[in-house]
Amino acid sequence: MKHIKTLNKATLKESAAKGGCGECQASCQSACKTSCTVANQKCEK
Amino acid sequence: MIHKYKMNNYNIVVDVNSGAVHIVDDIAFDILDCIGEEIDEFPSREIIECLLNKYNRSELMDTYDELYELYKDGQIFFEDVYEEFANITENTPIKAMCLNVAHDCNLRCEYCFASKGDFGKGRILMSLETGKKAIDFLIKNSGNRHNLELDFFGGEPLMNFDVVKKIVEYARSIEKKYNKNFRFTITTNGLLLTDEIIDFINSEMSNVVLSLDGRKEINDLLRVTPNKKGCYDIIVPKYQKLVESRKDKDYYVRGTFTKHNLDFANDIIHMADLGFKNISIEPVVSDPKLDYSIREEDLKRVFEEYENIAKEIIERKKSGKSFNFFHFIIDLEQGPCAIKRLRGCGCGNEYVAVTPHGDIFPCHQFVGYDNWKIGNLNEETFDYKMKDKFSKTNIYSKQDCKKCWAKFYCSGGCNANNMQYEGDILKSHKIACELEKKRVECAIMINAALS
Repeated sequence: MKHIKTLNKATLKESAAKGGCGECQASCQSACKTSCTVANQKCEK
Repeated sequence: MIHKYKMNNYNIVVDVNSGAVHIVDDIAFDILDCIGEEIDEFPSREIIECLLNKYNRSELMDTYDELYELYKDGQIFFEDVYEEFANITENTPIKAMCLNVAHDCNLRCEYCFASKGDFGKGRILMSLETGKKAIDFLIKNSGNRHNLELDFFGGEPLMNFDVVKKIVEYARSIEKKYNKNFRFTITTNGLLLTDEIIDFINSEMSNVVLSLDGRKEINDLLRVTPNKKGCYDIIVPKYQKLVESRKDKDYYVRGTFTKHNLDFANDIIHMADLGFKNISIEPVVSDPKLDYSIREEDLKRVFEEYENIAKEIIERKKSGKSFNFFHFIIDLEQGPCAIKRLRGCGCGNEYVAVTPHGDIFPCHQFVGYDNWKIGNLNEETFDYKMKDKFSKTNIYSKQDCKKCWAKFYCSGGCNANNMQYEGDILKSHKIACELEKKRVECAIMINAALS
């Protein structure tokens, strides 16, 4: 494409069907204890 | 739903519901202003005519065709198909616990949300007996979860180091019997670090959070001992020693910024120049009336500073001397699953905090708010109705989140912040939202710049 560059493969829908195992790190345990965000975490599967 | 913005000379389009992120040229950026939530195979006359004063017809048609290809491929204006998954978050096991082993502290940080260490309830250390009960409670309520997490917190947890060691030993002694894997973390102000404690932390803690606000004059302004002395000169050499001997294990040097250092990019750069590679700095959580609180009028300045950090990271990445800023780490290729993203932090549902008295709260930020107490280990009480209430907090039960472009990155924000500032765990705290959206924009821009 000349006008658009896509940075990633869109996998959100796919992850909804496969995800939810709950074995990932709890977001509160990550780094800060005040902004327990999720986006910067990893899936452990 | 899409979100489009310009930053650092990039035109960025986030497709909220597919997770796709696109860098586009000015023509595509402008065309997207002229179309709704669907793209027809051929553009309407209005779309073309409204942009003919800027671009020629041929390039408009070419660009429109590319956008239509993305639309057909489900990578732009993809529909929200996730609300049906929201109830998956209900009645989940508890898998994480914040253990407040000390409601006491050897610092008196002015901005401490724990009322300078004791949560306003008097200074007390957790007994080993209560610590063991907490481990037993976590195992008993963890269902089929294999990975369990325990964060030693306070106050200052190293004021109760012997109990920390014995709790770790106890958990390790029974984890295999119950098919569990404990991951321990600890947050410390560093004053009590010794070679022995550093060795223990590096051996047993999968992550360690080291509190430091940045430059000496900033750190020592609010992070002071009971006799008002700063702590920078004591803790920095200890942190450097801990990090150097930690090798590849996780750690974060974590600070708080206030109105006194709205130029906090300089504090992050200072910490990076001290040799720390993993850095986090957070806005102070405080009564808006206090002179150091972050208010709405400060947002423009804070946004500039986040952009300054983003540009610094890009420059350092290119020269091979980069550092990680907690909020700018986003994996656009995968990251957490959609279920995790709509569920959020799990506070009160899969995560709880326990005090030295054995009281159980939805999370560490709720400790001290007695009407949010969820149970007590010694009395063997637990309010499953309150757990159920928290299990229903997700991006679809929070009306502001439901329509927000950042919902799958922020995951609904902080329930405790919502309670403290808005009086309702489902009502988003505006300043926290604006800060998070800006951080996500910066994180995505860094990905664009380095792609």
